[in-house]
Amino acid sequence: MTGLPADGVPPLLDVRGLRKYFPISKGFFQRVVGHVRAVDDVSFAIQEGDTLGLVGESGCGKTTLSRSILRAIDPTAGQVLYRTREGKVVDLAPMSGAELKALRREIQMIFQDPFGSLNPRMTLLDNVGEPLLVNGVRSRRERMERVAELLRLVGLRPEFMHRFPHAFSGGQRQRIGIARALATGPRLVVADEPVSALDVSVQAQVLNLLLDLQSRLRLTFILVAHDLSVVRHICDRVAVMYVGQLVELAPTDAVFARPRHPYTAALMRAVPVPDPRVAANDAILKGEVPSPAAPPSGCYFHPRCRFTEDRCRREPPQLREVSPDHFARCHFAEQLSPLQGA
Amino acid sequence: MPPTLTAAEAAEPTEPLLSVRDLSVVFELDEGRVRAVEGVSFEVRPGQVVGIVGESGCGKSVTMRAILQLIEHPGRITGGEILYRRSTAPPRVIDLARLPPRGRLMRTLRGAEIALIPQEPMAAFSPVHTVGQQVIEAIMLHAQHRRSDAHAISRHQARAMTIELFRDVGLSMPEQRLDAYSWQLSGGLRQRAMIAMALSCRPRLLIADEPTTAIDVTTQAQILALLRELQRKYDTAIIFITHDLGVIAQMAHYVVVMYLGSVMEEGPVDDIFHAPKHPYTKALLRSIPSLYGETRIALPVIAGALPHPLNRPPGCPFHPRCEEVIPQRCAHAVPKLQPVGVRQQVSCFVYQDLAEPT
Repeated sequence: MTGLPADGVPPLLDVRGLRKYFPISKGFFQRVVGHVRAVDDVSFAIQEGDTLGLVGESGCGKTTLSRSILRAIDPTAGQVLYRTREGKVVDLAPMSGAELKALRREIQMIFQDPFGSLNPRMTLLDNVGEPLLVNGVRSRRERMERVAELLRLVGLRPEFMHRFPHAFSGGQRQRIGIARALATGPRLVVADEPVSALDVSVQAQVLNLLLDLQSRLRLTFILVAHDLSVVRHICDRVAVMYVGQLVELAPTDAVFARPRHPYTAALMRAVPVPDPRVAANDAILKGEVPSPAAPPSGCYFHPRCRFTEDRCRREPPQLREVSPDHFARCHFAEQLSPLQGA
Repeated sequence: MPPTLTAAEAAEPTEPLLSVRDLSVVFELDEGRVRAVEGVSFEVRPGQVVGIVGESGCGKSVTMRAILQLIEHPGRITGGEILYRRSTAPPRVIDLARLPPRGRLMRTLRGAEIALIPQEPMAAFSPVHTVGQQVIEAIMLHAQHRRSDAHAISRHQARAMTIELFRDVGLSMPEQRLDAYSWQLSGGLRQRAMIAMALSCRPRLLIADEPTTAIDVTTQAQILALLRELQRKYDTAIIFITHDLGVIAQMAHYVVVMYLGSVMEEGPVDDIFHAPKHPYTKALLRSIPSLYGETRIALPVIAGALPHPLNRPPGCPFHPRCEEVIPQRCAHAVPKLQPVGVRQQVSCFVYQDLAEPT
């Protein structure tokens, strides 16, 4: 479960120095006057069958990072090394659309909004079956069989395939979205906030489904989420992002037992505890995420940090291994006691 | 009155500020009748924070809209009372359910004595007026309504009041923020501006409808802390609607659990979380992943799905999904909300017999 190659098998996904800069242009000639560094030198690896949780506030670059990995957008620099089904390691970052096409079926996405991500004019058969059609399953009969199987897999009745999405509740639609993502038999699935739009009781059902599918199909997940209790529940590793950079990367248990970055600790404190006997924590994070177009000097987190010292304002910290397999981008990571963290 | 839980409990004998009794709201659609709210009763005392928790379609928002008389066609209030105690001397109790929605009295109350913090501040603010203009307008409008305040408020005074309000809700540089448009503010700032607007007329009852649902956890923590602070400062009663049990636990003194338009259980927050009675409340509490429990195990779920609003099950609305269902009873009759223990009320046949003796 480490980021290092285990048993000599390279990780399923190995992201190295990934950057995505968006130009800021101004004036009549659209002169480029600066860059929004939405993803700034991000590196991490995921072993096959693991789940990586990607957390952070909105605007921290989670979505841009996951879209760069999926190659929905072109990264500015860096490598996205992916181990294909055949065991070959390829770099997705510089690939052209045509080259990517064959790999697209191996990497799929589950979207946040179950109401916006399904075509309302298509039946489930067409919604879920479209990836199959695109990937050359021409026979309708064959598609129907496969869709029926997929619907069963996500806990829906195969008879539903002739209905339209409006007939389904949020939780059911999310299952449909999951079925569609699984249609091409992917190995890596990026789930962008898959349960945040769902009701509490339905959230649990969908989380259970994801866990169950993972163990049955040996899927590898990147879970983009803001809900830390969800991340803790299903992820093996956690990557915390702040203003385009990773600030902490470690196994889930280690992060929750002892966060090594004050930002991670602050995120954990911000989650309201469903127990009235636990006093609300008023030592909350002030302010907002700074713009990645004009990040603060030194450590990006210093204006909001409780432990800021002079050094933090001047010197940008590096992401370093604080304890075995536990990386943090903080000058004082060792001094952050578990007490302050929790 | 101090807003702490014990004080709120100690204050039980005081007259409720708002008393909803057996409220029903029906929407007449082409496809059929949707009974969105069905016999809901609860009370809000002065300075008390009442949390209403439930999943989508449970009628929590419709109940709030009924209190504000904002139910629109094809919906209407078909029964029950919404008794609101005005601050006039002597206090006068009026039934909001009987007031004409566009009548003078309702318009005087709405926004001034009963204010709303809506879920989506982006949609609630007009994008073509500055947030300042919109708060100033609210202040001036309600100053006009209050005839007793012999002199009306000038725009200049209203502006000064708005700056003060913005400072109160923690908006930095309030003078500049006044002239900002809602779309220039971040989610957190926008929600703060919305809270300033809701508080602009010093309401006695604040209805917060999922005020933190669309924002980040860190911003949510800031907004919740702000609401707690303002609640203490002004001793405003709040009805806090949310589906997030964590938020309820941190905010409410008293909790009302709703399912499919009916109250399943209500009681002080500590009893709801530590001694839940209704099978639905219990199941809901079990199904949330925590920051402390065992991980990577299947979470206990509530079987089945929320029924379609047109397909309301007969009897107890929760019985098809209930683990403790009593086959002969639950499908045939609707349980009444009855006291169980000292302070809790439950509508469930499992407890019906315990409640009957007296």
